[in-house]
Amino acid sequence: MNRTIKSFLYPYAIWIAIMIVIPFFLIFFYSITQSRPDSPAIFRFTLKHYREFFKTENINILSKSVLLAVETTVLCLLLGYPAAWIIAKTKANVQNVILLLFILPMWINMLLRTYAWQVILGRTGILYTDAAVVIGMIYNFIPFMVLPIYTAITKIDKSLIEAANDLGANSKEAFLKVVFPLSMPGVVTGIVMVFLPAVSSFAIPRLLGGGQYVLIGNLIEKQFYLLNNWNFGSAISVILMILILISMRFMKKSGEMGGKGGAIPW
Amino acid sequence: MVKGLKLQHKIYLGLMFLFLYAPIFVLVLYSFNESEAMGRWTGFTLKWYNELFRNDTIKNAFYYTIVCAIISTIVSTIFGTVAAIGIYYHKKRVQDYVLNVNYLPVINPDIVTAVSLMILYISVGIQRGFTTMVLAHIMFSTPYVILSVLPRLQAMDPNLIDAAQDLGATPLQAVRKVIIPEIMPGIVSGMLIAFTMSIDDFVISYFNTSGGVTNLSIEIFNMAKRRVKPTVNALATIMVAVVVMFVFIINRIGSKKKIEYRLKEEEK
Amino acid sequence: METSEIKSTSYTVNKIKSYNQGSVKSNKPLIEIINLSKEFDGEIVLKEINLTIKENEFLTLLGPSGCGKTTILRILAGFVSPTNGDILFEGKSILNLPPNKRQVNTVFQRYALFPHLNVFENIAFGLRLKKKKDDEIVAKVKQMLRLVKLEGFESRNVNSLSGGQQQRVAIARALVNEPKVLLLDEPLAALDLKLRQEMQYELKEMQRETGITFIYVTHDQEEALTMSDTIVVMNSGLIQQVGTPIDIYNEPKNRFVANFIGESNIIPGQMVADYKVRFENQIFDCVDRGFHPNEPIDVVIRPEDLLIVDKDSAPLVGVVDSVIFKGVHYEICVIVNGREYVIHTTKSARIGDVVGLTVEPENIHVMEVEGVGNE
Repeated sequence: MNRTIKSFLYPYAIWIAIMIVIPFFLIFFYSITQSRPDSPAIFRFTLKHYREFFKTENINILSKSVLLAVETTVLCLLLGYPAAWIIAKTKANVQNVILLLFILPMWINMLLRTYAWQVILGRTGILYTDAAVVIGMIYNFIPFMVLPIYTAITKIDKSLIEAANDLGANSKEAFLKVVFPLSMPGVVTGIVMVFLPAVSSFAIPRLLGGGQYVLIGNLIEKQFYLLNNWNFGSAISVILMILILISMRFMKKSGEMGGKGGAIPW
Repeated sequence: MVKGLKLQHKIYLGLMFLFLYAPIFVLVLYSFNESEAMGRWTGFTLKWYNELFRNDTIKNAFYYTIVCAIISTIVSTIFGTVAAIGIYYHKKRVQDYVLNVNYLPVINPDIVTAVSLMILYISVGIQRGFTTMVLAHIMFSTPYVILSVLPRLQAMDPNLIDAAQDLGATPLQAVRKVIIPEIMPGIVSGMLIAFTMSIDDFVISYFNTSGGVTNLSIEIFNMAKRRVKPTVNALATIMVAVVVMFVFIINRIGSKKKIEYRLKEEEK
Repeated sequence: METSEIKSTSYTVNKIKSYNQGSVKSNKPLIEIINLSKEFDGEIVLKEINLTIKENEFLTLLGPSGCGKTTILRILAGFVSPTNGDILFEGKSILNLPPNKRQVNTVFQRYALFPHLNVFENIAFGLRLKKKKDDEIVAKVKQMLRLVKLEGFESRNVNSLSGGQQQRVAIARALVNEPKVLLLDEPLAALDLKLRQEMQYELKEMQRETGITFIYVTHDQEEALTMSDTIVVMNSGLIQQVGTPIDIYNEPKNRFVANFIGESNIIPGQMVADYKVRFENQIFDCVDRGFHPNEPIDVVIRPEDLLIVDKDSAPLVGVVDSVIFKGVHYEICVIVNGREYVIHTTKSARIGDVVGLTVEPENIHVMEVEGVGNE
């Protein structure tokens, strides 16, 4: 009976097959092949691009990217959690205004805002350092930490906190034993939403780290735009994808322990 | 402004907002600065605005950005809504397959999505330009529309569709008269996400266009890499003004609706 | 009563009243369910159901959750197609008709009112689909609002209504389409006790006024007994018994029906001869006959039919085990020969008292033992 409505899916199924699945396999294909320079149609399978990646200089780039992303994520959490908690505590009508003020900068072009940091940091003298890159990433990604945590906190049933108080918990204990554990799904979502763009970002390190500054994102860009080495670029992309899938798996597990469902702010 | 909060909480929020708004303030301020070098105030001028309006590269980029955002938003909203309704009516197994693929552009780093699409275009021999950019935008926005519409569908009482058909609606009428109004908030938020993402996109556009077609993000990136002129600040100021105006209008509409709603509540 | 008359009925309250005065229930079959079976993922939900539903009937499908009653309703409405069997509507199969083409409307369990439409537009939904003229729609919706006693609620948001009011809108929304049959899926389940009783009365009233066949699904035996002309008791996808409320209550066909409809004391015994039954080593007079001599049977006695009498003249003697005050009556448990008897009586007793129990012959109901009597 609902065959008509079921068929609504088919155009999209074809679309994602062409635009998502095939490119996905293409990247994988390029990462394990090498074609002859004179005739690109002739290729052979090889793992040399992956071997290439495991050279010290590239591993250093990867570990630096991960390190900076972890730093960014941790700082976003430390700075963002209190903010989310304070916002959740304000009155409903004020809350909306504060939230709006939080989201508003996100609507201004990311590159413009990053460029503004070039100006500010240029005066302090830390421009083109790791610190500058981390500040730029925190600035760009902190709303993605605050909003899910805020959503998770507001979803907590007020009577649970009252129950904790009733059972003898003071407000600090109630926070530690009730509010914080129940806000975990929001924290997990926040961590994912900050870590993912941070680890692969390439515009922020480029603008705040300088032209010679290379993170994993920049390394990929270089292969495609500068060196025209698609095979190696694809191999790095595959490794980055695997890295992210592993960390997602890991976060999903800890998210399930903290409660069901992530809180995406939209 | 924030009543009932402790002083240290107010200070904390205040510092947070200082952090969030300082760069924007700097951008706006130096758009009126006489000197070309940023960081030193030498006097008020509007010449950068004048220069901005005469800059064809920026005007073109602006045009492409807006047109691309409008087309990709309309297409991905319709496409995503229709697909979400289709997904909802399929068995769990089919749903899982489609949603897993649908998730790929969401969790994959933008740069990976970007280069994979670029490889596709080049392998098939499609010249990259405006069309490929729009297609790329549709590709990465539609999953967000689906993810924002689907929960609405799942939250909907499944009997509503039965009820509509029971009262004489064909499946298509049931979709139009019951499902669409029911999931409208999801469609609207999906549309807003699609629009914002398209306007703001840099990485995916950067890899999937060429031949002089750019968007604002790409232009800003190219300018920021080199020595920057305050024309960029002028552009930023205009964008801030547009965003603030937009928010103001939305808020006015919102509060008007709120008042109407309250009046209705009081009637009871 | 003629079919043509029913077809021409528009549900003006006055018109219906005059039309229904002194009417006798028609015996014409409206719906015939033939060998209907349904499997969901290999699980059998309905097993070869056969049932005839007459015009103007208030028929209730009664049974515990999962017994298949709602599935029958959904098959009738067209939301589910059966694995096997057929459904005839006025003699013609309707299995290939989509829900929107069937002359059947449904009142859903949780009402399924359209949240984006107000009361008026909810009720007008079906009429608008049929592209009726505006003044006709207004007139019909007003009529319906009068019928369900919601005049003046036209522009209200359906979410602002109480459960009982939403219920009425759901009924009006279905009835305005002038269906031949109204399907009601546990429509009162979400209401509180008092409102439920009120609505039971009103539903019965509406059915009488409109003359529409009601097929009502519930797990509440009291609801079924109060409203129905016919009750169909179901369990595990099978029809257990079909009959009037009085039949079902007084002459349950098997243990399941006896237990499901009201409380019962079920005691194993034998038929000694026609009108003579033995249980608890005593022979009682009864009104049943037609069993083999000494055939094992089950005796059903309703708690209100057991009388506490002086122990010296009583056939059964036992000790009071518990006494619970239930408002109108006491629920007393008496142990006789190690078996527990539940008694509803207005007179109290003391725990530990030795009392006599007796029962009138017409209150002893004999039923076949399951699996034995079917041979």
